[in-house]
Amino acid sequence: MFENLQLLFDYPSLGVDLVANGLMIGAIFALAAFGMALVWGVLGIINIAQGEFVMLGGFVALTAAGLGVPPLLTIPLAAIALFILGWGLYRLVIFRVVDRDLFVSLLATFGLSIILQQLSNEIFGADVRTLETGLGTLVLFDGQIVLAEIKLVSFVTALTVGLVLWVFLKRARLGQAIRATAQNARAARILGIDTDRVYAATYALNAALCGAAGSLVVMAWTIHPYIGLPYTVRSFLVVIVAGLGNIVAVITAGLGLGALENLAGFILGAEYQIAFVFVLMVILLVGRNLWLRRKREYLK
Amino acid sequence: MNLGNVLRKLCVVLMTAALTAAMTIGASANVEGDTVYLGAAISLTGKYSTNGAHTRKGYDLAVEQINAAGGVTVDGRAYKLGIIYYDDESTPARGAQLAERLIQQDGVKFILGPYSSGLTRAMAPITEKYGIPMVEANGASISLFREGYKYLFAVLSTTEQYLQGAVALAAETAGEGQTLRLGLAMENDPFSQDVRTGVIADAERLGMRVVIDDKLPPELNDMSATLAKVRALRPDLLVVSGHAKGAALAIRQIADSHIDVPMLALTHCDAAQVIEKFAEKAEFALCASQWAPGLAYSDELFGSARDFADLFEATFDYAPPYQSAESAAAVMVFADAFERAGSFDPAVVRDALAETDMMTFYGGINFDDAGRNIAKPMVLFQVQDGEYRVVYPSDASEAELRHPTPRWSER
Repeated sequence: MFENLQLLFDYPSLGVDLVANGLMIGAIFALAAFGMALVWGVLGIINIAQGEFVMLGGFVALTAAGLGVPPLLTIPLAAIALFILGWGLYRLVIFRVVDRDLFVSLLATFGLSIILQQLSNEIFGADVRTLETGLGTLVLFDGQIVLAEIKLVSFVTALTVGLVLWVFLKRARLGQAIRATAQNARAARILGIDTDRVYAATYALNAALCGAAGSLVVMAWTIHPYIGLPYTVRSFLVVIVAGLGNIVAVITAGLGLGALENLAGFILGAEYQIAFVFVLMVILLVGRNLWLRRKREYLK
Repeated sequence: MNLGNVLRKLCVVLMTAALTAAMTIGASANVEGDTVYLGAAISLTGKYSTNGAHTRKGYDLAVEQINAAGGVTVDGRAYKLGIIYYDDESTPARGAQLAERLIQQDGVKFILGPYSSGLTRAMAPITEKYGIPMVEANGASISLFREGYKYLFAVLSTTEQYLQGAVALAAETAGEGQTLRLGLAMENDPFSQDVRTGVIADAERLGMRVVIDDKLPPELNDMSATLAKVRALRPDLLVVSGHAKGAALAIRQIADSHIDVPMLALTHCDAAQVIEKFAEKAEFALCASQWAPGLAYSDELFGSARDFADLFEATFDYAPPYQSAESAAAVMVFADAFERAGSFDPAVVRDALAETDMMTFYGGINFDDAGRNIAKPMVLFQVQDGEYRVVYPSDASEAELRHPTPRWSER
């Protein structure tokens, strides 16, 4: 561990390189977390099938690319396909658990995640798959910082989607309806908002966001039918740090998590990278709890 | 008597009848007419389904070939081979159940191994308990052979040997008095940690220094933290093991991040299809393999290794992965043991298996006391001009090692 720290001091550009690569990974976490925050905030459901949507997005991108679609164009295609799937799943399963106990929805989405895993294994096979974009590598500052262009694409996509989502929630009719429903579903219904449609749209939108993330994962990393869980866990972590209603916080938390995780993997050794994520989660939860308690006392 | 009682009695009668039928069929299922049945539980669904299919095709091809050549002659009589298959769904618990079922219900007296070390580990205690020989071709973990099993035989090289060839090759390239520096990026699972143990043992023996020793969590889908270390410390040899995902990630991220390393050695290149997917990005990579079509081994049944590959490709429309070759060899081992034993008694066949000393298209087969095949070395391919060429061991190599790998800025 100390020799790794020493390395960082000897080659400061290494730190920049690590953080830059970490931010690119974090952008994917942020993208998947936008949707989780929405669904959690509006429907009150913690969607365990989040990572499976990411995985399916990857397979849609692969399939589309196999049919001759240029790789980068598969990003919107994956989003559209997953939007339709998300809508279907809402009509089939999710609407039954919206107003139910948290455990019921946890169980339902957990079940969905297993079904989606097994179905994709059946349909696409268990192999590890990747999609080559033909994009090159960006070499900056005389080779001090090296970035894959596809990772840059995913970074920009995540930020753009975040921005569009923010404007959509603020300005669009449906976006306003989503926020109204999140604040008080009953009041929204009284004021004529079709909350059932809002729920369906939110869940579908979540799936679409994950689909886009998945198409980027298959182009920059790898996918296989059982790759979902780490993405579910990371988006969960990002959402509990960022809160439910704050897109800027989700982006910041996602990027921060990616960068910290990569630095931790370097300094502590890769075997502690995942452990670090969970320790961080516990610390943040405890810290948040203490902070909230202080606030509550102040209000008393 | 009321209806419920009648139904219950009927049920009992039916179940007894079914059980008796199963047991009668079971008793004769081992040798039925002129066919002797082997049992196999392999992964036809679940996460090992691809490799399960490779395994099955290897078994089937060997059975077909042996039967076409007249079957096996035991005690002056010719028998055909047959296989009873079950799907273990890639789960060890199911594998163990199915081993029990094959032996108890189907009366099978000889078992062909499943795919993966995990499933083999689940089934071996069962076959051992009933004294049923299992010849396996896809469980390489060294830990399987520390249990003192008497009925387990493996035709493949064990895990700790996977990348020892790379260490030996690197040692050959070292200059006078140079201490070679090694980087290890091994997944934190039993398979890759076994590989790591073998590499470290050899590195120490040859006086090399391990400068990076990362154990990647299986859930991790990114290697950039480890590769940053490689960039800074510049090891002479980088060894990566992490199944297909590890191979795909390593090739992709080393190319994407322009990491310069003179020698890169991997496992599972073929499973990750590194040549097909990554083309020139995979050039110069060394890949561990149990077998290669270019090897100079041959036998009377299939001919040379190349002949096996051609037959396999003509039958199944794709080049044989080594999983299929070793599976075919496992069936040949049983056939050979039956003929030498002159009997289908499991204990006699077990002793014949232990005495096995044969040459096949897959390599020599000769088991040590623990049941490991010690006659066949691992081979190393190098990706050269978009093809796998054997570069190690030197007596079987098809091409010269290309070393060192040129820097990315010069490619």
